[in-house]
Amino acid sequence: MPDLATLLEILIIVVKVSVISGILFSLPLPLTWIERKVAGHIQVRLGPWRVGPHGVLQPFADMVKLLIKEDIVPERADKFLFKLAPLLSMIPAFLVFVAIPFGEKFAIPFVGKEITLYLSDMNVGILYILAIGGLGIYGMILGGWASNSKYSLLGGLRSSAQMISYEVSMSFAAIGVVMLTNSLNLLEMVRSQSGSFLDWNIFYLPVGPVWFVIFIIAALAEINRIPFDLPEDEGTLAAGFHTEYSGMRFSFFMLAEYVAMVTVSVLTVIMFFGGWNPPLDISIFHLVPPIFWFLGKVILFIYFFMWLRFTLPRYRYDQLMTIGWKVLIPLSLVNILVTGLMII
Amino acid sequence: MEKLFFLMFAAVAIASGLAVVTARNPVHSALALIVCLIQVAALFVLLRSPFLAAVQIFIYVGAVMVLFLFVVLILDMRKAVLQAFPPVKKRFVVGVILVLMAQILAFVFVTPMGLSPAGGWEPTVESIGRMLFTKYLFPFEVVSVILLAALVAAIVIAKERR
Repeated sequence: MPDLATLLEILIIVVKVSVISGILFSLPLPLTWIERKVAGHIQVRLGPWRVGPHGVLQPFADMVKLLIKEDIVPERADKFLFKLAPLLSMIPAFLVFVAIPFGEKFAIPFVGKEITLYLSDMNVGILYILAIGGLGIYGMILGGWASNSKYSLLGGLRSSAQMISYEVSMSFAAIGVVMLTNSLNLLEMVRSQSGSFLDWNIFYLPVGPVWFVIFIIAALAEINRIPFDLPEDEGTLAAGFHTEYSGMRFSFFMLAEYVAMVTVSVLTVIMFFGGWNPPLDISIFHLVPPIFWFLGKVILFIYFFMWLRFTLPRYRYDQLMTIGWKVLIPLSLVNILVTGLMII
Repeated sequence: MEKLFFLMFAAVAIASGLAVVTARNPVHSALALIVCLIQVAALFVLLRSPFLAAVQIFIYVGAVMVLFLFVVLILDMRKAVLQAFPPVKKRFVVGVILVLMAQILAFVFVTPMGLSPAGGWEPTVESIGRMLFTKYLFPFEVVSVILLAALVAAIVIAKERR
């Protein structure tokens, strides 16, 4: 029988896990609404408007629709893999959050017990995130193959080629940040950027901004958003790898995609924008709890991704490959050299 | 507790390893191999080497297996399912398996196994890097030259097909 303190620790972990997964599961509700509103206003129209004031209840209506929609499994599909694929794409997206810190410590009022705002303080944090985040690709490939449809298979193959190509430059950007902060640990990364905004990695001139650009381009390709959303290019591939999916199974893919977008925004903030450190080291800014700085920056980046989506056109497939292999990878190799020279 | 986890991961690893060779459909084989490699990563975690575990998942599961699947998906499935897997005589297969087993057993019994010396070498990222660039510098360079040669060869072969 373990003692009370151990049980309490376990309980805290269970509570933290359920809170994080609850938030992640419900995130698509506000995010889809915001995304459609942003789209509407960028394209000079209203966006969702009919269901509830300013259309805020639209995501709930969509959810009900997805839940009661008929679940179709194509007859010649590989049934087992077809059902497994949405889960394979969703689970890694959630698993990544084991290693992501949201802040240092937080004292619960009245009890006087301090809890940490992260699940696990891994000393290989960034490596774990890149490794697990890369697994989401299996949902796409296997889903595309199991559907037994030309469009799905082509979408799956395209996505695997795209994600392998851009994983390389994304890892290079991570290596660059690791070189700047001297640690694979995400907490250490944020701690090393404390101070004013000039201490953030993005302002580590001249290499910081270059790493940021490489990371953000590669990340856009990894989460399959415009301008790199070729796996679901509706002009040429119907809907890409999830052409044959409907109802809840389809929404699992969408959920994974939204969670991945949040993950990338969080990673950008932690790696380049000082995490939960306020932009200026003055006492007024320290009155605001750090978690609000963190969330504010993350929301800014989520908005940035939505903004890009409705501003940029989609690249052609050969252009995508050229950018990945002939621009980003040589650039990151040179940048590693420059970073190394600067550190010495 | 740790033993329980070890047994769990080891059992799943062996079961999925068997599934790799017994599954008729190449895609299912590839999936079983992915499961097997993830179990091995879990075993690395039990051995207090999270770095190796992350690298195992990153390289084998995240990159190598994706390329495997990439090739397997383009195969003609109906043909591939009907074909007997090793396209050679049974006797030959059994011989190869016996030789490999003898090698593994020899390795297990000859090398001194057991716990690493207490308070000695800790497998952190820093110490692995230090070891690679000091004690094991020569093997490290040899491996990188071999990889480079393979890369050049692959490009040359791909170019000739045109």
